[in-house]
Amino acid sequence: MNLTFSPEEQAFCEQVRRFLADALPSDISQRVRLGRHLRADDYLRWQNILSEQGWLASNWPKEFGGPGWGPVQRHIFDEECAAAHAPTVVPFGVNMVAPVIMKFGSVEQQQHYLPRILSNQDWWCQGYSEPGAGSDLAGLNTRAVRDGDHYIVNGQKTWTTLGQHANMLFCLVRTDPDAKKQAGISFLLIDMQSPGITVRPIITLDGAHEVNEVFLDNVRVPVENRVGEEGQGWTCAKFLLTHERTGIAGLGHAKQALRHLKSLASRIQHRGKPLLELPSFRQRVVKAELELMALEVTNLRVIAAARDGGVPGAESSLLKVRGSELRQELSELTRRALGPAALPFFPDFLHGEGSLDDERAQSAAASAQYFNRRKLSIYGGANEIQKSIVAKTILNM
Amino acid sequence: MDFALTDEQRMLEETLTRLVADQVSPEQRRAMLAAAPNRASALWRTFAELGLLHMSFSEDVGGLGGDGTDLMIIMQALGRGLVPEPYLAGLVLPGQLLAVTANSEQQTRWLAPLLEGEHQLALAWQEIGARYDAFTVSTQATQQGDQWQLNGKKHVVLNLEAAAGTLVSARLANGKLGLFIVPADAPGTSTHLYRTIDDQPAGDLTLDSVKLPLTNCLSEDVSDKLAEVLAVGRAALCAQAIGAMEEACDQTLAYLKERKQFGVPLSTFQALQHRMVDMHLHLEQSRSMAILAATSLALPASERDYKIAAAKAYCGESARFIAEQAIQLHGAMGMTEECYVANYAKHLVMFDHYLGDSDYHLETVSELLKVA
Ligand SMILES: Cc1cc2nc3c(=O)[nH]c(=O)nc-3n(C[C@H](O)[C@H](O)[C@H](O)COP(=O)(O)OP(=O)(O)OC[C@H]3O[C@@H](n4cnc5c(N)ncnc54)[C@H](O)[C@@H]3O)c2cc1C
Repeated sequence: MNLTFSPEEQAFCEQVRRFLADALPSDISQRVRLGRHLRADDYLRWQNILSEQGWLASNWPKEFGGPGWGPVQRHIFDEECAAAHAPTVVPFGVNMVAPVIMKFGSVEQQQHYLPRILSNQDWWCQGYSEPGAGSDLAGLNTRAVRDGDHYIVNGQKTWTTLGQHANMLFCLVRTDPDAKKQAGISFLLIDMQSPGITVRPIITLDGAHEVNEVFLDNVRVPVENRVGEEGQGWTCAKFLLTHERTGIAGLGHAKQALRHLKSLASRIQHRGKPLLELPSFRQRVVKAELELMALEVTNLRVIAAARDGGVPGAESSLLKVRGSELRQELSELTRRALGPAALPFFPDFLHGEGSLDDERAQSAAASAQYFNRRKLSIYGGANEIQKSIVAKTILNM
Repeated sequence: MDFALTDEQRMLEETLTRLVADQVSPEQRRAMLAAAPNRASALWRTFAELGLLHMSFSEDVGGLGGDGTDLMIIMQALGRGLVPEPYLAGLVLPGQLLAVTANSEQQTRWLAPLLEGEHQLALAWQEIGARYDAFTVSTQATQQGDQWQLNGKKHVVLNLEAAAGTLVSARLANGKLGLFIVPADAPGTSTHLYRTIDDQPAGDLTLDSVKLPLTNCLSEDVSDKLAEVLAVGRAALCAQAIGAMEEACDQTLAYLKERKQFGVPLSTFQALQHRMVDMHLHLEQSRSMAILAATSLALPASERDYKIAAAKAYCGESARFIAEQAIQLHGAMGMTEECYVANYAKHLVMFDHYLGDSDYHLETVSELLKVA
């Protein structure tokens, strides 16, 4: 066994680093570093740069305009991006709906939507969850009724991430109320400008506007916007969920957070010594370090299996649970390291355009981020649900 | 040994619980937070009328002579309702310190109006490089003729904007820690005001050659008294956290019973039942620690500090556990500003950042650890 990257992979790593050093605008990486919200334009500027480089769709095969990277290269790319404080690419188009369109979409759909995703013309958002359908996604109630060559859609989606910027929504709807739960669901692509769509902000406990409610009131959607057959929506959704899983451990982010924590805790003084020397604190940092080491190797095991043709299955649930717990612990330790300096809250700076002196700016985001990171164990299948998957599919319980 | 409350204490608890339920609904709380923090609220005036502002002060300064248990009852009720009034930061901490340091003239000027609800005060004990240590102080006070001059910077001073005066600790030329009362309008002071992430009005206070008459010096050696009052504050914070933990647990339990997924209430899933039980165990163990803290205030200093540090460290960890689970079990709903439990969660997590966190207090416990 050998855990090092091949010379080609190391050269690729260097190439990504050089690219990031040259191409990532410093005002954007600064916003990411300070934990300030990114404006739509920040995402777009960065994604256009990636697009020009041919690296936006890091998980796409060459035939659709992707770089044709394997899992190892994708992993390296993600890590280097996180280390350089690059914004996370908004995943809903590139990583979520695109693979579904490639797999289940018609040639027309592929020719229409995929290039628009590659060029950042469309901003997609994900319409799965509903007020009554969270963990029990198949319990969704949004109805689509056929009317000639249209569907009439009525219902409500919620927790729609960055829906305020989106012009396209991929949406699970119930087309057959009499079929068994999963069987009556279809997958629709909906133009957010359609009459009858209302988007309302939801403010989260960190003061951010990241998620939204989307109301659909007699929205007319052309039948040609359905992906796959009527009633095949659940298959599409499940396929998408396996795609959502690559990189799910958030390893690059965890590494970056741990580096930041260690540097912070060696600068902050506690009774005349660096905080990192306080035994109770140091021990928790050490534990996080071990967890990260283990997670990194587990992640590589899954990546190597994927490279060799395996499909990441329930192992990704393990990565999701441990990865989210680790990132939450790191955000906890960072908040804690700052002590009283973690208390002041500057929403205009974090979520708006307000300015702040340098010293306050450095610690402004820690607590807000700690609260924001609670989402990691809730979305993308809550950790309790992930554990049930492991129990069922790996342990046969 | 007796854990029962006296009749008066039960009445105090009932009155306050009713008052809070009546006047601090989520909507009312939002309105209170939106109002300017420098105006005394209707609720504060009610506190004054009910004698609540006198409660924790000794009879010889005009108080009602309440003990740690009385304070615990009050703080717990305030925590349960997430009451934004600065009962601890604007009244108890600065007031108790005044009560044990001020001469009668100073008491008339600053303490009497405080107990009558005519003004509020603040206590500035914390500095930026000192983390939670109240005795690492670089603010300087020098005596020049018939006045004192203060220079330095105080960090995260709660209730700063509303305070008519702020008690400021400062290092004297002889190395001792002094205490001064700095009126809000003293020339040379400047403030940077903000709210904490759990909604408390606070600010940083800069003292630039602030000149004070000799009568504004409250003590030229305040260390022991400051430690005593901070101990009261820590016990009070634990009690407040217990109230908030109770409510966070209650709200989460109610949500699990009401929210259905997969056709059944969430409360039917065993994984969640066990989690709820863990929350409950954390609450009950913390309640015991808060009682221990409340009944340790009159002990000799080292024993008092040992027990109170233990309680604060313990409650800090439990508060965070309960907060995190309350959010988790509410799902995405628990992450929204609109969901009331999220506000409790913020309060419970940030509780650890006031008057020393669990690392800070664990260190105290381990230094004083009894081997026998
Ligand atoms: C920040 C954020 C962004 C999101 N973005 C999107 C988005 O863009 N698009 C979208 O469609 N959705 C999005 N979601 C929604 C997300 O997918 C759901 O929150 C998630 O599926 C959980 O559903 P819920 O919140 O309704 O919780 P619930 O399903 O109500 O669960 C509440 C709690 O009960 C637990 N639980 C539920 N069932 C069981 C069980 N059987 N056994 C044990 N425990 C159980 C859960 O684990 C959780 O802890 C987002 C959520 C968040 C927080």
